[in-house]
Amino acid sequence: MLGPNGAGKSTTLKLLLGLARPTAGNARLLGLPATEFAARRRIGFLPEHFHFHDWLSGPELLRLHGRLFGLSGDVLRRRIPALLARVGLDRHGAKPLRQYSKGMQQRIGLAQALINEPDLVFLDEPTSGLDPLGRLLVRDIIAEQRARGAAVFLNSHLLGEVEVSCDRVAFLRDGCVLATRDLRAGATCAVRVRVRARRLPPAVWQRHQAAAGPLPLEGAPALLQVACEAELPALLRALIEAGAEVFEFTPEAQSLEELFLNIIGRAAGGEG
Amino acid sequence: MGPLSILIMATVREAVRRKLVILALLVGAAFLGLYALAFHLGSTDPHPLTTATQRLMHRQDEVVFTALGTYAANFLTALLAILASMDALSGDVASGAIQTLACKPIPRRTIFLGKWLGFLLLLTLFQAILLGGVFTVAASFAGFLPPHPLHGAALLWLEMALLLTVTMLWGTRLSTLANGVLSLGLFGLAFLGGFIEQIGTLTQHPRAVTVGIVASLIMPSEALWRRASFVMQPPLASLFGLGPLTNTSVPSPLMVAYAALYLLLALAFALRLFSTRDL
Repeated sequence: MLGPNGAGKSTTLKLLLGLARPTAGNARLLGLPATEFAARRRIGFLPEHFHFHDWLSGPELLRLHGRLFGLSGDVLRRRIPALLARVGLDRHGAKPLRQYSKGMQQRIGLAQALINEPDLVFLDEPTSGLDPLGRLLVRDIIAEQRARGAAVFLNSHLLGEVEVSCDRVAFLRDGCVLATRDLRAGATCAVRVRVRARRLPPAVWQRHQAAAGPLPLEGAPALLQVACEAELPALLRALIEAGAEVFEFTPEAQSLEELFLNIIGRAAGGEG
Repeated sequence: MGPLSILIMATVREAVRRKLVILALLVGAAFLGLYALAFHLGSTDPHPLTTATQRLMHRQDEVVFTALGTYAANFLTALLAILASMDALSGDVASGAIQTLACKPIPRRTIFLGKWLGFLLLLTLFQAILLGGVFTVAASFAGFLPPHPLHGAALLWLEMALLLTVTMLWGTRLSTLANGVLSLGLFGLAFLGGFIEQIGTLTQHPRAVTVGIVASLIMPSEALWRRASFVMQPPLASLFGLGPLTNTSVPSPLMVAYAALYLLLALAFALRLFSTRDL
């Protein structure tokens, strides 16, 4: 979920996790009512303002949370060292959490969210306060979870992070989903293409122009648009068949930032 | 081990790691040491006790001293019950540490009960050490043991459990500071109410007695102390002058039943408030 501060991203998570009660409506997780323990057993959660009992050591924290999930001692003995190694905290042993740096706390928080090998992991701003290496680690872990078959639900306002990690994105503002987009390669969403051509056919221009305006001057770049990537060859063919001499044909993926400003900005403009 | 016992252990571990246990033990040891010293100095009378009256007076001193020790032990326990637990829920809510606990597949009431039982266990130990220490000092220096020590201790345990429960009740919704002010305020109110009731009885002002009883109904902690103090004093030692050790007006067993009911209702209310709040 993407959205400006105060859009309702964290509140949505709290409703899904049973931390807050909805004033109306209900929530379902993994096909079950969100309040059912059968659903909660299969989820992991890293809160935005994570804070753990800082008198515990990293392994103790993981053991406590693992046991509250009902995991056996055997499973935890195997899983805890592996998770600590995965988040790069295996050398900090018995050190209490209060001596951890912010980045280390975030890492142990991430390990805590994965202790039950959840089917669904909620990460609320997981890279805030992390250095570039830490961000890379989070990105890799998200990819691993996806490869394992888990769904990762990411709340963020860091567009680059979302662009790299997410398949789908929902734009949230004032508690409403304004739009959703599929970010996977070849997804069906409008593609713009920058065309520099001599004798640009007016019929094609009128049909495909990205923004209303007069026909560009001879040789000046024109911005055309098709409904999806699959239509690009047909556009090129149409241009050539209509007699255009094409010097440049560059599809421009719309950046997430552009999309964000477009959707969120539009809503903000509508308000003002 | 079920989630409840896991959370009780976590509460105990928190108290140990946050140095609450070691500090409480040091305070308890200092108190008992001082008490033993004072009792020793007080009971070694330079003048030999020749007459029966002298011996009776001396015994009276020992009884007062034992009551004073019991009172101080109870006061320390009561304060600790409030101070140790006023942060128990609000602290975790304010820091956000509660969030990763409350989304686990366990009922919210288990989180509350884990903390409540953890503190109850620790405070029971603390109280047992303090009261046991006071009785041991009295027994070894004066050969005096208050009558019905277990009955009295049970009433004082109820007072401690009541204060703990009420403090944790407010902790479900109030901040730590606000909770501390309210809980200590109620404790003080009960104390003052008890005092007013005693004065009212002595000076035969029924209205003052009513004010005291109302205060005890709002917060019955002090009434439990007065009942316990009455139970644990020999019949002869009825009047020590006016003060917290005085038993001019003794709360009835009905008040004890009321306090027990009060505790249960506060616990049920706290569980409900905590289960329905947004975290």
